[in-house]
Amino acid sequence: MITLGHFLALGAVLFCISVAGIFINRKNVIVLLMCIELMLLAVNINFVAFSRFLGDVSGQIFVFFILTVAAAEAAIGLAILVTLFRNTRTINVAELDSLKG
Amino acid sequence: MSYELAAFWAFATVTVVAALGVILARNPVHAVLSLVLAFFSTACLWLLLQAEFLGVVLVLVYIGAVMVLFLFVVMMLDINTTPLREGFVGYLPLTGAVVVVMAAEMVILIGSKRFEVTLPASDPAAALGKSNIQWIGETLFSKYILPFEIAAVILTVALIVAVMLTLRRRPGTKHQDASRQVAVKRDDRVRLVKVASEPRQEDKP
Repeated sequence: MITLGHFLALGAVLFCISVAGIFINRKNVIVLLMCIELMLLAVNINFVAFSRFLGDVSGQIFVFFILTVAAAEAAIGLAILVTLFRNTRTINVAELDSLKG
Repeated sequence: MSYELAAFWAFATVTVVAALGVILARNPVHAVLSLVLAFFSTACLWLLLQAEFLGVVLVLVYIGAVMVLFLFVVMMLDINTTPLREGFVGYLPLTGAVVVVMAAEMVILIGSKRFEVTLPASDPAAALGKSNIQWIGETLFSKYILPFEIAAVILTVALIVAVMLTLRRRPGTKHQDASRQVAVKRDDRVRLVKVASEPRQEDKP
């Protein structure tokens, strides 16, 4: 029988994969943004599963808001990326050191 | 094995393989397409959980809008991926160690008895005699109306910011300025020139 643990395990595995993606693709801003989307997806799976198994609507409402904010974040992130590429002709994180931080 | 469990394993396998494709693909376009597959199979999983509204929203908004935006940007930028993959192999052992430990910790937590809740036979929305959309909508527009309005404001701000960030007026390009076109006066366009008349030539041979 399908249990809550199945969905939580899937969310955990997806989260770990996206953390690994952030580690090994440190240089590529686009893949970093995609890994963040994947991480949010893992959290959303947990929310939907809890909402269904506990019979509480708040989980699904929260997923709705997360999707909204993630869409806004993706739009602004990609706009910044396009501006960055236009100015520096690169999206390599290692070369973005003009702030000298 | 029940039908739901078999479907869960199928969708979960596709999701995990697609997620691995996202982080391992050499070509960013392949990564975006893998991410589309991951989102789609997750939407199928949510439909399995009878969260119909969110499943459809994930396909329409996420795959239809956000991922297509990603695809546009990836294809528009001319990216040389070779220097971007420096250190890809060098970090693999450390990454593998961190991720395996993290996954093991989470699976140990999830393995405890209290997460062995089986799927309730009836959908909580159906138990109340409503559809899933009705269930979400009635709560969203009563209890969560203020966050909903704030979400709308956030989307508007994001829209304006994205346009303002990418809008660029290069000097030297020609474009129409409607307000100047409307405000034009007769004197700006018409110039009357006094031309001295010449005597008629027909008398001459």
